[in-house]
Amino acid sequence: MNAHLLVLEVVVPLMAAPLCMLLPSKPAARMFSIAVAWITLYLAWSILGALGATEHGVIAYELGGFPPPFGIELRVDWANAYLLLLVSGIAAVVLMFGPGSAGAAVAEGRHAFFYTAVLLALAGLLGITVTGDAFNVFVFLEVSSLASYSLIGLGRGARAPMAAFSYLIMGTIGGTLFLLGVGLLYQMTGTLNMADLTTRLPDVLDTRTIVLALALLIVGVGIKLAVYPLHQWLPNAYSFAPSVVSAFLAATSTKVMYYVLVRIIFTIFGAAFVFETLHADYLLLPLSLIAMFGGSLAAIYQHDLKRLLAYSSVAQVGYMMLGLTLASATGLTAGLVHVFNHALMKGGLFLAVGCITAQVGSSAMGDLRGLGKRMPFTCAALVVGGLALIGVPSTVGFVSKWYLVQAALEQDLLSVAALILLSSLLAVVYVWRVVELCYFSEPDATQVEVTGRPPVREAPLGQLLPTWILIGSTIIFGLTTDLTVGTASKAAAQLMGVGP
Amino acid sequence: MSEVLGLWNYWVVIVLMMIGLYIMIARDSLVKKVMGLNIFQVSVIMFYVSMGKVRGGTAPILPEGGAEGVLFSNPLPHVLMLTAIVVGIATTALALALVVRIKEAYGTIEEDEIHALAGGDGMDGRSAVQGEAE
Repeated sequence: MNAHLLVLEVVVPLMAAPLCMLLPSKPAARMFSIAVAWITLYLAWSILGALGATEHGVIAYELGGFPPPFGIELRVDWANAYLLLLVSGIAAVVLMFGPGSAGAAVAEGRHAFFYTAVLLALAGLLGITVTGDAFNVFVFLEVSSLASYSLIGLGRGARAPMAAFSYLIMGTIGGTLFLLGVGLLYQMTGTLNMADLTTRLPDVLDTRTIVLALALLIVGVGIKLAVYPLHQWLPNAYSFAPSVVSAFLAATSTKVMYYVLVRIIFTIFGAAFVFETLHADYLLLPLSLIAMFGGSLAAIYQHDLKRLLAYSSVAQVGYMMLGLTLASATGLTAGLVHVFNHALMKGGLFLAVGCITAQVGSSAMGDLRGLGKRMPFTCAALVVGGLALIGVPSTVGFVSKWYLVQAALEQDLLSVAALILLSSLLAVVYVWRVVELCYFSEPDATQVEVTGRPPVREAPLGQLLPTWILIGSTIIFGLTTDLTVGTASKAAAQLMGVGP
Repeated sequence: MSEVLGLWNYWVVIVLMMIGLYIMIARDSLVKKVMGLNIFQVSVIMFYVSMGKVRGGTAPILPEGGAEGVLFSNPLPHVLMLTAIVVGIATTALALALVVRIKEAYGTIEEDEIHALAGGDGMDGRSAVQGEAE
């Protein structure tokens, strides 16, 4: 079993997805997919353990017994193992959110298909993370993307299919550009294996074809990662999708794409080529700073809580990109730590919105008035998650920003460090808007009468529990950073080539 | 001139790709956008297929009596494209299914009309997300 851990991580959810479709009832499909997600979490945890026992921190698996570079190789080092744990963990918690496909426009008797799509998205994301083959990344990328387009399209309201359609067009352009980039790499080196590419690329690095390949790969992945200004699909997709889907995708999909970008830049091409020869940081650094401010500013002016969180995601991707463009071990550690931390807080916050939409029937900002009294636990989750977004000490947000500021100061980029702190103040503004509405405004008297709904009560335990698991862990990992920072710094050291 | 003629397969790829991209940007009809997407994907498939061609190479099938002195085309890019074609079909099917749902919701598949009906690109959060509760 131990020898096959890597392949099981993908095969289990991939095989479980069609089986799930055959299950007769919604509870059965739901329990089945929760069980599968927990199995993948256990496998990811075992992989992390097995990795600690190895000498160089690399586990490789030859698929079907064909030796690389001829066969497909699955290859895991600290960066992959870290992402596997994150993705499977988020899936395991988010799927527990009851009553499951809450908010999804699924016809009665078709709920099994919803869980099938979730499992396929999970399998695709885990596949991208575990594989060591560039073309394989494209295949799994499309598996997870197709599943997420259909999940987003399931949102209630007329605009969800339109949001899914725009995302499909943008996402497929991204995927196709990625495919073209991989093709150019194959043409120049004759290999698709990432480790093999690393050894063969230096001979041809000074050709224009390779520069083009790098540009295509960065833009292709950048679309899926929602790097500013390629983020246009994200706000609509996240705000019209069912809340559970928003929570799952916001916490996993962009994070895995960040990993792919890190892998392309640091493992395949090498940081020296990308940042010292081509100076990609001249482009990426300003873009990530604009994202930090633009995303936060846009979030301040939103009239819908879900949309506010979506724009805040654009800003948070900016912080991750900033860590990457600093191109130092500390910067990369900061980026990877923020990947983990942001997944926890955004997952938790979107689940909290899920609680609100399930009880109130809307996530419009106006409907939050006075909700602090009627849904105390949900609103407390919003506040704690919001504090983590700002980066208040003892939350995970503080840990990320601490390392990010440190990385900026390491390179004497005082202005960048100041901008990081300044942009956090914008987060204070949009989080405060939510807090003010929840706790310091009275509900509109007329509104209550018009909707004629029964009085809003606290969300049931089945919704509060997964929300608070994620929100609670933003505090736990803000106090004990051994797992997050420890693994991320090992991964960063490995990616920078200084060895663990 | 030889740069144009000698690399003609790349020119085909570039022209197809730009046509596809232009259709996706310029056309309002969602079905036409899907067609543009298909042309865009096909251009990359053409790129891979022409990449595998070896001048004077034959089909990569082992002839009787061994492969001594026989020049083969590279089969790997072609195999990769089988996967990409399947992905393309799945994407098209999903896109058309979404178009059907959009048509049901708005009664049109013209993007400008949909945006007019939905109240522009900015949104009124209330109307959009209302009714999500089970």
